[in-house]
Amino acid sequence: MAKKTTGKIIIILLLSLMGITMVLPFYWMIITSLKTPLEAIQFPPTWFPHHLRFRNYIEAWKQVPFPRYFLNTIIITVATLAGVLITSSLAAYSFASMQYRGRNFIFLSFLALMMIPLPVYIVPGYLILIKLHWVDTYLALTIPWLVNVFSIFLLRQHFRTIPKDLYDAAVMDGCSRFGFLLKVVIPLSKAALITVSIFSIIGSWNAFIWPLVVTSKDALRPIQVGLAYFVQEQSTNYTLLTAATTFTVAPIVLLFFILEKRIIASFARSGLKG
Amino acid sequence: MPVKKVFRLLGPYFYLLPALVIIIIFRFFPMLYAFRVSFYKWGMGGAEKFLAFKNYITILKDSNFWQAFGNTIYFSLGVVPTSLFLSLFIAILLHQKIKGGRFFRTIYFLPVITSIIAVSMVWKWIYHPQVGLSNNILRLFGIKGFNWLSEWRGIFQMFFSSLSMHAPIKGPSLALCSLIIVSVWKGLGYNIVLFLAGLENIPKQYYEAAKVDGATRWHVFRYITWPLLSPTTFYVLIITSIISFQMFAYVWMMTGPPAGGPLGTTNVLVYYLYDHSFNFSQYGYGTAAAFILFIIILTFTLIQRKFVERRVFYG
Repeated sequence: MAKKTTGKIIIILLLSLMGITMVLPFYWMIITSLKTPLEAIQFPPTWFPHHLRFRNYIEAWKQVPFPRYFLNTIIITVATLAGVLITSSLAAYSFASMQYRGRNFIFLSFLALMMIPLPVYIVPGYLILIKLHWVDTYLALTIPWLVNVFSIFLLRQHFRTIPKDLYDAAVMDGCSRFGFLLKVVIPLSKAALITVSIFSIIGSWNAFIWPLVVTSKDALRPIQVGLAYFVQEQSTNYTLLTAATTFTVAPIVLLFFILEKRIIASFARSGLKG
Repeated sequence: MPVKKVFRLLGPYFYLLPALVIIIIFRFFPMLYAFRVSFYKWGMGGAEKFLAFKNYITILKDSNFWQAFGNTIYFSLGVVPTSLFLSLFIAILLHQKIKGGRFFRTIYFLPVITSIIAVSMVWKWIYHPQVGLSNNILRLFGIKGFNWLSEWRGIFQMFFSSLSMHAPIKGPSLALCSLIIVSVWKGLGYNIVLFLAGLENIPKQYYEAAKVDGATRWHVFRYITWPLLSPTTFYVLIITSIISFQMFAYVWMMTGPPAGGPLGTTNVLVYYLYDHSFNFSQYGYGTAAAFILFIIILTFTLIQRKFVERRVFYG
């Protein structure tokens, strides 16, 4: 028995050590954001600020148009989420439950597209935007991302589990094909739709390389690009930089704490193919 | 034909249409178009000159490209095994059903949902040579500290020269290793969650049988956990390698100026193609580099499939 307890204590110690490593950078970010510039560079470092200086947040917020960056990110996140949910549900429904010419070919072509990594896509994508005169527009930031092949794939897998008998029964009762999607398939697929939404929201909020490439106007920058340029311009002002980083991270961390179980389950499932 | 029948026949395509249109315009077409662009000298104004394969040849003869290639390999070799074994170890510990396990899992996952930009910003501050947390902690132990992000010397070179010996190879620069540390830190939680899901899937009977037979902890791991977990391990290996090959934002945020420095020792393939395309507007050259990157990623994935998947036990 004693041996078992010692084992548990060692495990908890190891896990705590790892936990500290994971949390320390976040703690250091928040602590620095509340210090005076002088205290931030003091040696030995202080683990808790002498005076909490919330003014850093107000100053950082005002130095560059962060309200605008937030607005842009919210527009992009909402538009992308709506687009992905609509296009993926419709396409997945057709792949899962309808028979038509070219279905498997189209589905496999979509899957092949998933193989193209984002960095490979950015230059080709950018060249198309030049052709469409879409560079520096909200269209460039949203339209190409209204479809997500992974979401189609995930929903298709789920829709396939809905028994065909259910559809036949609904048709007997006078339900149309589209009505069946709205009234039966979608309510039965809440978990899968939430997974798709979680990936979409986190993806849009954290997107960097695409908006970096397709925007040059400050007014169109989403939060990550705005923060990245703020870091470049204010390279030494670490109290303001950590304050800005804290408020850009806060919404997604908040979402994570609210939906912690769902989010982790979604990521865990993303590994189980098929 | 009656209208209703036409509608039934075409119906499925209406459901597919929104996704199909966007995918054709914004995925298929750009890739085809870019393939053509890669054979031209192509600037801001469009095609300037047909070069046939010259972009590809110039890239393959460019020493900066090979440096970026080597750095990408170093980066992946640094990240993938470290992350894989560390996350497997932690997942096994978490799987022991100890109190607070869920709390730890939540904490480990925090960096995964945090953006790379935020993570880069915070670590850049931690790595600050004079007043950063990392060197401050080392100083408490009487160690002088490092120029984490601006040290161009290879880590082997540094290690051997501290013993006043000559290093056989330089190894990745300390600056690149600093990025490896950040990348492992950020991605660990995701791999832990994947391994935990894999561990949950191993039937309990095996462990009970092993217990009856009096198997040691190592034997249980070696003959039950490791083989039965191999599909998950393989997935983690593939996904972590692919992500490592696409590393970009850390370089943009944390290194330089100019990014990719010091002395190009943190320049990776994606940054190489980004730099040529968007800092120098050489789109033909950039697309050619993108296709080369694509081929490299595909090749490595296929090699892993061929040589590692053979050892995977699908039960």
